[in-house]
Amino acid sequence: MHTPIRLLAAAAAAVSLAFALPAAAQQKIKIGFITTLTGPAGIIGKHMKDSVDLAVEHLGGKMGGVPIEVVFGDDQFKPDVGVQVTEEMLKKHQVDIMSGIIWSHVMMAVVPVVTGADKVMVGTNAGASPLAGKSCHPQYFSTSWNNDQTPEAMGKFMQEQGISDVYVLAPNYQAGKDMVAGFKRYFKGRIVDEVFTTPGQQDYQAEITQLRSKAPKAAFVFYPGGMGVQFVRQYFQAGLRERIPLYSVFTVDETTLPALKESAIGQWETKFWNHDLDVPASKKYIADFRKKFGYTPSFYGAQSYDGIMLIDSAVRANKGSLKDTKAVVAAMRKADYASIRGKFQWNVNQHPIQDFYLIQTVKGGPDGVTTEIKRKVFEKHKDSYYQDCKMAW
Amino acid sequence: MNLILVFEQALNGLQFGVTLFLMAAGLTLVFGIMNLVNLAHGSLYMVGAYLTVAAVGWTGSFPLGVLLGLLGTLAVGMLVEVIALRTLYERDHLDQVLATFGLILFFNELVAILWGRASLYTVLPNYLQGFIEIVPGSIYPVYRALVIAVGLAVALLLWFVVARTRLGMLIRAGASNRTMVAALGINIRLLYTIVFGFGAALAGLAGLMAGPIYSVQPGMGELILIQVFVVIVIGGIGSIRGALVGALIVGMVDTMGRAFLKPMLAHFISPTAAEAAGPALASMLIYLLMALVLALRPEGLFPAKSG
Repeated sequence: MHTPIRLLAAAAAAVSLAFALPAAAQQKIKIGFITTLTGPAGIIGKHMKDSVDLAVEHLGGKMGGVPIEVVFGDDQFKPDVGVQVTEEMLKKHQVDIMSGIIWSHVMMAVVPVVTGADKVMVGTNAGASPLAGKSCHPQYFSTSWNNDQTPEAMGKFMQEQGISDVYVLAPNYQAGKDMVAGFKRYFKGRIVDEVFTTPGQQDYQAEITQLRSKAPKAAFVFYPGGMGVQFVRQYFQAGLRERIPLYSVFTVDETTLPALKESAIGQWETKFWNHDLDVPASKKYIADFRKKFGYTPSFYGAQSYDGIMLIDSAVRANKGSLKDTKAVVAAMRKADYASIRGKFQWNVNQHPIQDFYLIQTVKGGPDGVTTEIKRKVFEKHKDSYYQDCKMAW
Repeated sequence: MNLILVFEQALNGLQFGVTLFLMAAGLTLVFGIMNLVNLAHGSLYMVGAYLTVAAVGWTGSFPLGVLLGLLGTLAVGMLVEVIALRTLYERDHLDQVLATFGLILFFNELVAILWGRASLYTVLPNYLQGFIEIVPGSIYPVYRALVIAVGLAVALLLWFVVARTRLGMLIRAGASNRTMVAALGINIRLLYTIVFGFGAALAGLAGLMAGPIYSVQPGMGELILIQVFVVIVIGGIGSIRGALVGALIVGMVDTMGRAFLKPMLAHFISPTAAEAAGPALASMLIYLLMALVLALRPEGLFPAKSG
């Protein structure tokens, strides 16, 4: 039984080797892009993957004259799978650079593997605080944000509005705690109660009943993905939309809006970017994305598009090569490209210094509901961890 | 703590309980009678939700969509039984777990291919969007009240079918001694298909009622399935009565725990400790209850009298 299989395996290995050699000689820019493509979060992965495809198309399939090949990997929302996929990309596919990743805990597991192989990681969503602070690394760049920044913007806005008596709700895990901590760094008014729910919870009627009985002036929540669809819809069904304004972060965006529609109208969010941002690169991205895929991308997509463009700037600076990691890092630090957020500026921890906007869900657009920027909340906002990052520039 | 708040939370608990019951009833019947561990029961819940959303969109009528969704799930359930599960009855439970886990993956990918990965938009007709005043000063969403009413009606109907009809007699007989039932000339394979189909329809009913409240997305069934297993362990495997009591207990305990545990703990320990312990304990409560039941009555509260 065993011998033929071994023989076959050996033959397969020999064949793949024979084909691998000329392929390597062809000189390709290989990018390993990890996101979540299956399960409930697969929709986020879809926005990211479509955006990467569009970026490659905008680049004419080439970076610095060299053909691009993107290898997509699915982390299944699990750190161990993320590491496994990363190793496969580094060893089997021999990628030149890594990018993507939605989740902080997956990113924390993957970054040491990538930097250990002397490659660069360009994160396009996860905003784990250690990576912005004491665990920062020259080979780790982020085109998104640090987790705390978005709720900080919401905290600042609500503070400026003089809103008090706020009821706070979030899932009971690290990101939930971080969001609330970020919010409270800028919001100094009275908090009626802080409630942490089970991650993945479906029914919020019990929490909503408690909330109503406390009669707060406003509610601040963090419910990403499916949890957000459930919470916002149930909040609306409980008739609270008109009575207690709902402020949130990472809850209402273009991945959840198609399921929420009118139940999200009036919702306040803060983000570093929205599809109506008046920036040439962003407008081009949005127009072509809608034309190609027929839907409006979320910020998850925008960050991923930006990540590919950042990589392109490094390849161009190094004349079509990513082999010299030091030179790649030096080129990336220049951020010489047209970002979807306008002028791009790095902080010392290789996270962007950027503006944050207040966004409201309103009637309009092709689907009946859309989001629009109301005003700027933060100008050139730095995260709260960069002082812990001892990196030489 | 005011009484109206407690009353409203009790309604919430009841509503969650009846949803769990609809799921648990089908699962416990299938396990008790067919000796089949069906992890894919959550997938049928998901199929019910998806088919109904599609049918409501297609017909433009909520009641008609619900009816089509229900019949569709019944058909899907029977089809799954005939194609996939029939071969598994004689195998041991590990094989059944593996095969039905495979079905979960199959159905999750299938709905993702057919309807995409994003949550679907579901809307209630206007007449189900309002509120009713059950006791003065307390408003409750009409739709959730309807869920409670439907759940209790189905429980009653199920009791009637199992206790008072010929089909129910066969089901009970099949649960106690299947070889004897087969020896008496009853078509046990057909009986199994019917039981499984109805179990699927009950799961579909739970799913389609959950659709407008929860998020209709691939994998939605697995989130509720774990709690349903807790219900069955507490109630006793194979027992409809156990499923009802177990579901109501779990629904109540979970809801009350989430609502009142933290403020109650704050009376005994420091507020900061209650802040940390409250949510953690509330999410563990039903599992602690299950452990307690397992320790005191390993058969569950209402074990089916099986041979």
